[in-house]
Amino acid sequence: MKKFFSLGLIRGLIWQVIGTGIGVGFVTLLRVLMGLPAWKAEPATVFGALLGVLFFLIGVGAITDWYKMAKGEEVEEMTDESHLGKMRYFGASLDHKVIGIQYMVLSIILMSVGGMFALIFRTELAETGMQFLTLIEYNTLMSLHGIVMIVSILVGIAAIMNYTVPLLLGASDMAFPRLNAFSFWIAVPSGLVLLSSLFLGGFDTGWTGYPPLSVRAPLGMQMFFLGVALVGFTSILGSINIIATIIRLRSKGMTPFRMPIFIWAAIATSIISLTATQLIGLSFEMVMFQRLFGMGFFDPIKGGNPILFQHLFWFYSHPAVYVFVLPGLGIISELLPVFARKPLFGYKWVAMSSLGIALVGFLVWGHHMFTSGMAEYLRVPFMYSTLLVAIPTGVKFFSWVATLWRGKITFPVPMLFILASIVVFLLGGLTGPPNATISTDLHLQDTYYIVGHFHDTLFGGFMFPFFAAVYYWFPKMTGRRLNEKLGKIHFWLVTPSFFVLSLWMMRIGLLGMRRRIADYDPALQFQTYHQVMTYTGYFIAMGVLVFIINLIWSAKKGEIATGNIWNSRSPEWQVPSPMPMHNYDKQFEVVGEPYDYGIPGSNYVKFDGE
Amino acid sequence: MKHFIIVAIIVILFTFLVYTGLNSIGLLPVQASAQSVSIDNLFQIHVGLISFLFALIIGILVYSLIVFRRKKGETGDGAHIVGNSTLEIAWSIIPLFIVIFLAYMGAYSLGEVRRIDMSALQVKVTAGQWYWQFQYPEYGVTSTELYLPVNRQVDLQMSSNDVIHSFWVPEFRVKQDIVPGQVTELRITPTLLGNYKVLCAELCGASHAYMEGLVMVVDLPTFENWITNQQATVEVDPVLKGQQLVQQYGCTTCHSLDGSIKIGPSWKELYESTVTLDDGSTIFADQAYLTSSILEPNLYVHEGFPSNVMPSFNEILDQTQVESIVAFIESLK
Repeated sequence: MKKFFSLGLIRGLIWQVIGTGIGVGFVTLLRVLMGLPAWKAEPATVFGALLGVLFFLIGVGAITDWYKMAKGEEVEEMTDESHLGKMRYFGASLDHKVIGIQYMVLSIILMSVGGMFALIFRTELAETGMQFLTLIEYNTLMSLHGIVMIVSILVGIAAIMNYTVPLLLGASDMAFPRLNAFSFWIAVPSGLVLLSSLFLGGFDTGWTGYPPLSVRAPLGMQMFFLGVALVGFTSILGSINIIATIIRLRSKGMTPFRMPIFIWAAIATSIISLTATQLIGLSFEMVMFQRLFGMGFFDPIKGGNPILFQHLFWFYSHPAVYVFVLPGLGIISELLPVFARKPLFGYKWVAMSSLGIALVGFLVWGHHMFTSGMAEYLRVPFMYSTLLVAIPTGVKFFSWVATLWRGKITFPVPMLFILASIVVFLLGGLTGPPNATISTDLHLQDTYYIVGHFHDTLFGGFMFPFFAAVYYWFPKMTGRRLNEKLGKIHFWLVTPSFFVLSLWMMRIGLLGMRRRIADYDPALQFQTYHQVMTYTGYFIAMGVLVFIINLIWSAKKGEIATGNIWNSRSPEWQVPSPMPMHNYDKQFEVVGEPYDYGIPGSNYVKFDGE
Repeated sequence: MKHFIIVAIIVILFTFLVYTGLNSIGLLPVQASAQSVSIDNLFQIHVGLISFLFALIIGILVYSLIVFRRKKGETGDGAHIVGNSTLEIAWSIIPLFIVIFLAYMGAYSLGEVRRIDMSALQVKVTAGQWYWQFQYPEYGVTSTELYLPVNRQVDLQMSSNDVIHSFWVPEFRVKQDIVPGQVTELRITPTLLGNYKVLCAELCGASHAYMEGLVMVVDLPTFENWITNQQATVEVDPVLKGQQLVQQYGCTTCHSLDGSIKIGPSWKELYESTVTLDDGSTIFADQAYLTSSILEPNLYVHEGFPSNVMPSFNEILDQTQVESIVAFIESLK
């Protein structure tokens, strides 16, 4: 029992409950002293939730070292946690590999929760009329599906970047290990705050939270705003860490164009999350303040403007799409040469296309607002900038196809997922331009076509590459490989179903199915489509279940794989798995190109003393 | 070289297949407005480009997977090809031209869609949770159904009473959000007689899915006839007036008149009944209760129904209008 309470996670949760209580009590006391009616749910809950998150961070120990430093006490430079064994996964560890796995587990948990929400409302949609959900419940589940999946993606890319970036660079850890632990642990209580909205009346605005609807929504809305604003710190602080690590901790000889290609994707993503995430936090805080203090930012009666919110919101939320997909595209570029046994075609072009996408991505947010009522002439420049995204994205596709050309292609599970990523992301990409040319978008905006389009980009750009990355690096994490047979079942359950699902979404969207509706007109004759889509949803869920079972089973009983099982040139595979704390025993020097497959005897890295 | 020729043939055939396939299944609803013609032309260009690019990438990809897979017993690596700058420049520049072409077509098509006819029929659209209301200022007519004469441009001047809504008739293709605090404009020239539905396309709260209104495109004599009939409707009887208001504001989306349970309590036999509230107390449903439920819906919440669903009509209805609606509910006793 004592051991149980010594776990950081448990202590954090207890502290969070206490903190929330203190926060609620404080606001109530303040109101009594001011002579107001004692109980007002909204300010009390918001302040309680905020204090709860801060208390969690204290309880889990994420700021203990900083507190010690502030007091002038010594903290260990190179911590050794190996005596803690498995326990360190449940507390504030400073090892980037532990944090990477913590992120991965959190991401998969959130993915399952968000997926479950989707299954529930997907089942409701199988028939016209309302079956077992009320309208508010439907809207809450639909909204939470969106935001929980987004958080799960942000956590998922953090997982892959945290685990791989120091390994690929040859660093012993991230540049700021304590900041790294803090970035992870703030996501846990914030995620709980976000999910608590389900029990506080829900919210019916979708993940976009447009005012004035979000100003009128139930109390759950505030938990959504607060949770997302706080989870944003994971992105912001995490990206500072990634950028600093890449700039400062590269091995000897690793010049920019000799870095593994995934590093370019990580840096492009981090530039966006470092500079844009603030805007979503800001826009959400403004609505929070409008609700709490009656400030009229978006209230036309007080001189505010509802469209201002959409500008602030999309200034982050469009680049955010590239935050979600760039790491995935980086994984495709990183793994494709390994399984095609051929150098990455046009390395420099692929690297620059990541930066190109990231930079153009800042100039296109207005295409989410073609029908919003913003100044009409602004639509045309946003159409031009949006279409430009096609060029760097095209470079990636052509380079991938050229990489496969005349290779010696093998098809283990990670490669299957990589290939699915390319095809699905291609569908997502090709269905993009009709949303960019304004007049066609006037038809498509806010329909299921958009829903299909972005599910394609996110599955192709994140979900499938994430699966590929987990299958690929799992042996590095555990020393055992994931079961190939279960992996193939996972693949064949998810992939064909997903094609049907997303293509059907686009089809009914074009024919007049609006997005975010709890019920649809039987006269449209969409019921059969919706039934098929519901079945595919269940197939995808079964696939993910097989994946989770595979993870748990293989971590304990999987086939031992400590060597370079993929026959990769990358430095992390030149040493036995799993790797010890602080990674490489010997430093390495970069002596060749990262992807020179096809030249016998050539090496990417040379370890000291070899 | 042999590989390139085979792949080229595959890509051409596949492009043709995808293009004809997409066109034969009927991608879009019927064209019912002048605007939809130019929009659908642009869609057609997109479908062509999508078919070609999809066939190009998938054709080469699948060919590579089959022909360049590792055969049994092979151990070596693939050819050592690191890149080709000419190719890279080509596949950056050619898409750039395609993109410029698309941008030109997009701007041209937008110009067509936004073409203004000075003699357009004026209609004021008011959207609210969850109803559509259409006013014809030239004729002094207000209706919940949008009657449009065929082949005449209509200029919709739209405003919202509460949150953001969006006006969309799929057959007309165009869509425009309706934002509180400003007036947005949408111009449509209906070209095909028939009944359509205007759907709210921007999530606007619980009953968003049901925010639909009828749109009738009719010939000119029918339109003029309808206008005359509307003008003749005399609003004297409060019950009749109430009934009209109830339709106009879409109250029956949530409140049934026949006792069935929808989003809110039914109005059948509501008047002078005893209502149980969500805190367990009871209240007698007199005129005062009904009035307060319209003006401040969250004051007394009927047991079994969620609060915060019904918007307040305090600033929307005037006193006589509220009285008429109450009179109508009384009549359902």
